[in-house]
Amino acid sequence: MMDENLKRTILLDHYSHPRNKGLSDDPTYRTLHMASDSCIDDIKVQVKVKDGIVEDLRFDGVGCTISFASTSIFTELLKGKSVKEALALIEEYYAMLDEKTYNPEDLEEANAFDTLYKQANRIKCGTIGVKGIEELIRESVKNEK
Amino acid sequence: MFDVKAIRRDFPMFQNNPELIYFDSAATSFKPQKVIDAVMDYYCNKTVNIHRGDYDLSFNVSNTYEEAREVARKFINAQSSDEIVFTNGASSALNLVAYGYGQKYLTADDVILSSEAEHASNILPWFRVAEVTGAKIEYIPLRPDGSFDIELFKKAMHSGVKVVTLAQVSNVLGYILPMKEIAKIAHSYGAVVVCDGAQSVPHIKTDVQDTDIDFLAFSGHKMCGPSGVGVLYGKYALLDKMDAFMLGGGSNARFDICGNILLKKPPFKFEAGTPCIEGVLGLKAAMEYLMDIGMENVEANDKMLVHYLSSKLLELPNIELYNPHSDCAICTFNVKGVFAQDAATYLNTKHIAVRSGNHCAKILLNVIGASETIRASMYLYNTKEEIDRFVKEVAQIDLDKCVGVFL
Repeated sequence: MMDENLKRTILLDHYSHPRNKGLSDDPTYRTLHMASDSCIDDIKVQVKVKDGIVEDLRFDGVGCTISFASTSIFTELLKGKSVKEALALIEEYYAMLDEKTYNPEDLEEANAFDTLYKQANRIKCGTIGVKGIEELIRESVKNEK
Repeated sequence: MFDVKAIRRDFPMFQNNPELIYFDSAATSFKPQKVIDAVMDYYCNKTVNIHRGDYDLSFNVSNTYEEAREVARKFINAQSSDEIVFTNGASSALNLVAYGYGQKYLTADDVILSSEAEHASNILPWFRVAEVTGAKIEYIPLRPDGSFDIELFKKAMHSGVKVVTLAQVSNVLGYILPMKEIAKIAHSYGAVVVCDGAQSVPHIKTDVQDTDIDFLAFSGHKMCGPSGVGVLYGKYALLDKMDAFMLGGGSNARFDICGNILLKKPPFKFEAGTPCIEGVLGLKAAMEYLMDIGMENVEANDKMLVHYLSSKLLELPNIELYNPHSDCAICTFNVKGVFAQDAATYLNTKHIAVRSGNHCAKILLNVIGASETIRASMYLYNTKEEIDRFVKEVAQIDLDKCVGVFL
């Protein structure tokens, strides 16, 4: 488990100073609007994949601490990773939220959510942006084939 | 004499959840034992269908079901119990008017006039009417604080308006609309007035003859009754010329192989299929319970509670209150710098139930300039002591505490 104070610092930092916030007009980015019907988060995510590498990720919208921090963290975490690595990291993250065995090593700051499962009704906040990113990466793989 | 301690003893939810502060009655209310007993009595002692059995039990339950119609008539002071249609709830009642009256009588030249404060249930059915008939929807502008201004309504009225559809009490801001004045003006242009009473009927005395509104929709579950049951009131002549939304058993008098249908008269032509019998019997008990207490007393107590909570919230530097002049037991606010849902999750850890979100009124939130808010809504069983405990917790909320919930 990650230290509580460190988790607090990471969550507050990413919520108050979200990374990669603001969408790009560049048409090589794929965009997805994630509006949850069960909560009030409303987030758009963008992913740019080139030659099997996740080159850039961006997001914007309104959301709670958990949705903003998790999306912000993943835009940093996945940048520069190969599509395969990125999808594997997302799977590790889902496993963590589901209380399954996972490898915390490569999740870096995303480990701040290692006790999110305690607030079961908020897990969807922790996945709204990440699921959008995942979908965009999978789409780009399909299109490149 | 309004004795809140005695009232709380009527509601088993309080005995079974001693720590809970329930400030979400605008979503649904708790049920008193009398209502629970009425539903149980149907299940344990008289589970039979209505309007069709040749045996005592069915005859008796049918009578009680029809007595419920009379109780509902009395509750809202309708002229006749034939003007009371039992539905699945306020949403279903509003859809019935939109379909049965709006889609039947509106044309492309007509206008449906509503406001920016409406709940989805009272605007989406009219979007559909507009789509089908070509009628246009126009909105009465609100004051900057989201409240209703009769002068702005007068300006928005014109001879093209055929339907004025408004919630008497906004589920977000709690302001009470002057329905009597609205109906008078609307009628002078020949428009009918549809009133969404989901938030008003449980909280303030309703008199449809005095206000002279044409349709009124409300739900049982927000006024101490069961869920799955509600009422559409309509002036008889309007109900008579309206289409039924559903056809089926119980709503027709005759039909033949050529497809001719002779429907029953209102309200029966709208109640096809076996209705929510236990719900209607429970709603009857709920309305009797509220009438015993007196709706004037419920209304006065609501006002006392909301004024007390508003005044306390206004004193807190970390709170932005959006409806300081609410009259109807609803306070909508935000903790500065904290997302509404995070604050609500924090309050949950203190056993306080509130609602966060846009409260199904997605247009209104543009008006008040907040995409999400926290809503604390109270009812006859809430107390000043609960408000004090609530305010003490709210005063302490900050971003750091909210994040702490997840660590």
